[in-house]
Amino acid sequence: MFSYFVQNLINALQWGSFYSMIALGYCLVYGVLRLINFAHGDIFMTSCYIAFFVITGVTAHFTGITGIPLFVITLVVTMGLTALLGVGIERVAYRPLRKKGANRLYVVITALMIGFILENGNLALLGASSRRFPDILPKVIWNLGPSITITNLKVLVIISAFVVFAILQFIVQKTTLGMSMRAISYDKFAIPLMGIPVNTVITFTFALGSALAAIAGILFGMSYQVMDPYMGMIIGWKAFIAAVVGGIGDIRGAFLGGFMLGIIEIFVTAFLPSSYKDLISFVILLVILTFKPTGFFGVAKSTKI
Amino acid sequence: MKKILVLGLALAAIGLCSCAKKTQVIKIGFNIPLTGDSPKVGEGSKFSGDLVLNAINAEGGLDVKGTKYKLEFVYVDNELKADSAIQAAYKLIDQDKVLACLGPDGSRRAIPAGQVYNDESTPMISPWATNPNVTLDRPYVFRACFLDPFQAPVAAKFAKEQFACTNVAIIYNLEDDYSKTLAELFKEAWEKDQGGKVTVYESFGQKDQDFSVQLTKVMDSDAELLYLPCYYNHVALITSQAKDLGWSKPVMGSDAWGSADLVNLSKGAVIGDYFTTHYAAAGAVGKTKEFIDAYKAAYGYTPDDVAALSYDAINLLLKAIQEAGLTGNLEKDREAVKDALGKISDYEGVTGKMTFTPDGDPIKDAVVVKISDSGEFTFVRSLQP
Repeated sequence: MFSYFVQNLINALQWGSFYSMIALGYCLVYGVLRLINFAHGDIFMTSCYIAFFVITGVTAHFTGITGIPLFVITLVVTMGLTALLGVGIERVAYRPLRKKGANRLYVVITALMIGFILENGNLALLGASSRRFPDILPKVIWNLGPSITITNLKVLVIISAFVVFAILQFIVQKTTLGMSMRAISYDKFAIPLMGIPVNTVITFTFALGSALAAIAGILFGMSYQVMDPYMGMIIGWKAFIAAVVGGIGDIRGAFLGGFMLGIIEIFVTAFLPSSYKDLISFVILLVILTFKPTGFFGVAKSTKI
Repeated sequence: MKKILVLGLALAAIGLCSCAKKTQVIKIGFNIPLTGDSPKVGEGSKFSGDLVLNAINAEGGLDVKGTKYKLEFVYVDNELKADSAIQAAYKLIDQDKVLACLGPDGSRRAIPAGQVYNDESTPMISPWATNPNVTLDRPYVFRACFLDPFQAPVAAKFAKEQFACTNVAIIYNLEDDYSKTLAELFKEAWEKDQGGKVTVYESFGQKDQDFSVQLTKVMDSDAELLYLPCYYNHVALITSQAKDLGWSKPVMGSDAWGSADLVNLSKGAVIGDYFTTHYAAAGAVGKTKEFIDAYKAAYGYTPDDVAALSYDAINLLLKAIQEAGLTGNLEKDREAVKDALGKISDYEGVTGKMTFTPDGDPIKDAVVVKISDSGEFTFVRSLQP
């Protein structure tokens, strides 16, 4: 019984790490722009495909590179390209609306459409067949006890989530750029008067958020190797819900929310018939929101969208 | 006056030409999943359709009681969703005015779409749907494959003889009629006919990707065999995650495993596993071998069971059309084709000999294949329950 609990705790931490990393991306953009970037789940999916092509390209031209060097190269290149994608989307889709002073609601709708464009563009360009994410790191399975196993990949995923959170917390709380990001969320109009280049800060926020999605994308591809154009949709939506329950607007909230949803989903499936997983997970989240409408770390605001 | 006469004649000539074209074409609809979670299934049906179309049109068309008719296949994507399959069915029946329809392939789509085809009196033949509800009480709906009440006892019998075990774990897709019904039927067959026990009976959802909890339950139980009646995209994830958790005991599957993408997507985790299916490509002879060679030459990979069954289904339809004859009246023709389909007996297809029962189901053998070390599906046994 104890080993069953521990094994599922490991499963929950690993699954929750993905929700956390994606929720952090949502939270960053929301924190600065008060914009729920619904395209984030699809940026996550696109980063997985970018990583696929980077790995295929690198292994085709430089046959000697495998294992950790390949992983590092893939990580760096994919993060860079995905950041470019995020910045590109911001320039093309969100900035023109911001310049015109459009209601935030219109920007949210645009974000939804960008998500569809990414999904269907992928479908049209690359076809419908699922692809398999290539193996990068050799898998090592450790037996921690009777019926408790963990792989090096699961450990990597869990550690990455914590490291990403720590780095993000450092950037947001301890650097000037982070302070600018927080300041913009309080008062968008007064900030340019203080000499802060708003557009640069926003560009940086999108780049950072997309790079986070890329880390999640690569690790997800390595853990669950079947890739299809709609893989980001459900995870993106669930991570968004997790961020809201944790308290969107505060990165501690997003981080906690992601793990909370992961733990609830896994433990509901573990102790109840697996058919009730989604039902009970979302009932629990609904109950939490009833008692704490702003989420755990959230701040009350009159309009959230 | 002269101008009006010339114009009138020209219009009449164009009208006559288009009229003439209409009667010389046989339109058949394909309601298949070209996109969605399992696109390889739709691809198999489409490619087999193209093979038949090109071969017959190259000879000038299908010979129906002395007149040659060109074939036209209308492919509509049902996205592997039940509501899209219903829309596709209406489009094919009302807008494209097809004579008959092939597909949908999977039971989850074929059951609701079958209701539409039956209500609209259009013959439908599903190549691959094995759930009994597809053809039950529907005179217009046929299928080219065996049924799950046949597949489940066959699988249970084979499992008992091959693995000589008592405890089985089953993981199935709760949102798919095929998977759910087959899991129930297998459980029944295993417990009643083979005297075994089902120690783990877990489900998952269509969009799930992490199966660690279900697999943890399986690992903790004393199950000696894992039975997975699921589609290839889920099997790929479940088997590779099972290997990660340390599962080294046998795994067995059902006919939805038979995709060309399975071995690659599962990172080789399915190698050494068995599954029940409709035909085995490796070691085929005669008509089956000709089909496999033609398909491989055209598309570069060995056809899976969906492709082979689609090939048989199309040819069954064409044979029925040839037997029925065409009057030009769409409703009468659909009725005649449906009657002719029901009368077909001892048809030699690439997947075996078929005779239709009054329900529209063929009587066929089931085949068990093993996934060899090179990733090929090799024939093990052919059985009846």
